[in-house]
Amino acid sequence: MAPERVAVRDRAAFLRRAEHRLLRVGALAGLLVLWEALTRIGWIPALFLPSPVGVVRELVEMAASGQLMVHVAASLRRLVLGFAAGALAGVIVGIATGFFSRAEAVGQPLIAATFPIPKIALLPLLILWLGIGEPSKIAVIALGVFFPMAINTYAGVRQADPLLVQAAVAFGAGRWSVIRKVILPSALPMIFAGLKLGAGTALLLLVAAEMIAADSGIGFLVLHAGNIMDTTKLMVGIVCLSLLGVLSHWVLTRCERLAVPWRHT
Amino acid sequence: MIDGSPARGKVRPGLICCGVPGIRVIVDRLSKSYRDRSGRNLVALNGIGLTVEPEEFVAILGPSGCGKTTLLNIIAGLLPATSGEVVFEGERRPGQPLTATVFQEFALFPWRTARANVEFGLEELDLSPAERKERSARFIAMTGLEGFEGKFPHQLSGGMRQRVGIARALAVDPAVLLMDEPFSALDAQTRTLMMEELLGIWERARTSIVYVTHNIQEAVYMADRVVVLSRRPGQVLEVVPVELKRPRHEGQMGDSAFLLAAERIWGLIKSQAQAALVEGKS
Repeated sequence: MAPERVAVRDRAAFLRRAEHRLLRVGALAGLLVLWEALTRIGWIPALFLPSPVGVVRELVEMAASGQLMVHVAASLRRLVLGFAAGALAGVIVGIATGFFSRAEAVGQPLIAATFPIPKIALLPLLILWLGIGEPSKIAVIALGVFFPMAINTYAGVRQADPLLVQAAVAFGAGRWSVIRKVILPSALPMIFAGLKLGAGTALLLLVAAEMIAADSGIGFLVLHAGNIMDTTKLMVGIVCLSLLGVLSHWVLTRCERLAVPWRHT
Repeated sequence: MIDGSPARGKVRPGLICCGVPGIRVIVDRLSKSYRDRSGRNLVALNGIGLTVEPEEFVAILGPSGCGKTTLLNIIAGLLPATSGEVVFEGERRPGQPLTATVFQEFALFPWRTARANVEFGLEELDLSPAERKERSARFIAMTGLEGFEGKFPHQLSGGMRQRVGIARALAVDPAVLLMDEPFSALDAQTRTLMMEELLGIWERARTSIVYVTHNIQEAVYMADRVVVLSRRPGQVLEVVPVELKRPRHEGQMGDSAFLLAAERIWGLIKSQAQAALVEGKS
């Protein structure tokens, strides 16, 4: 047999992933351009799908007249209050059930039993209890945020490294010190995952609640515009909602970086 | 005997060997058993008895699975004994904790900087903020961590992390320092350097140390006495004294006293280690 001389080839080349920045921006821009073009040449009637330029023009107009701010402010207020109340309650219940076995024995079956209920189904009941005004809308959002928060915080607490807990006790920490100095920071990444999950749920419930019983808010704007077949206005509402979603996610990611610096440095 | 009661702290003449004031640790007929998953009763430690004199460096050595860590955790008050007891006898400085532990896997709080980790134990003592700062600075300097105080554990090398672990434990000024295979997670070179450094720190700080290890060289190089444990159920096979002058240095590893002690210990645990190897679980 003749001696062979083989150069080594990089066989894992196809596994290495590039970022493709241009493609990322291009995909988004391309969709908008295609959409605009299709509405311009009249393939899609404006009643079904208004052009992006038309939507932006309407948005600027509504913002200038102050009409948009009324709806956005009403929605934002419900969102923030409901989210804060639900998140706070969820974190407290999650830590309690995760740390104290008695609280777990009481809380876990209750949460497991009530968690599967679609929260929007409770809105009529909440309206009956709290009236048609703001409290019932805030309550339904709070309920929707509470469950992912409680469940995530519980999981975060359970995942806390037992060695770190042991170390804290070895250095004289009591129950509350352990919770404050070890359990809570250990659970923070899971808490933030829960907050992001909860933000999505909150937005969903906000729109649903505003469509069922409200005379302000972005959900109301979308429903009302649909009823009078003002598709452009409807799209403005949808754009606002998606901006709200992106914004809340961005804010939470920022907060996470500040609160969990040991994970990002 | 009451655990850690300062009332019995009056030093009785003749009880303390070298006349050094301080705390002796007395482990008295200590046993620990627990149930495994299939409900069988497993004896981890069986009638352990040993004494650690003030300022003494005692190594506890045994094959894997002999319950060394269990013993250390019972001494630290982190695990209840099944029978027997651990007593601390002697005079303590006011506010001085009985023990502090250096862990094998460091167990640093990842969300705390090196300095904040060192201050963890100090926060649980009644210290003024100024005193806390002074103490953490002192032990950061003693362990060679200056310039790294602001770093998080994940930004530090293994050796530096364990320095933080040692500084954290020394900073609370414990009566007895407990060390659970503190250098076994480090590479060989770093381990050798850290052993030397620990001896240097110990010469200065002079707390008694209970040092758990499975490494014979490590035990003989550092300890005054080596307590050799058997496999499960862990029992004291023998206490081997190490007749090496202090301060110690690497060169002594060739001394006949060193080799004799190491050989004696290996003779005691070789068959045990072989059995553990065949059994294949710790």
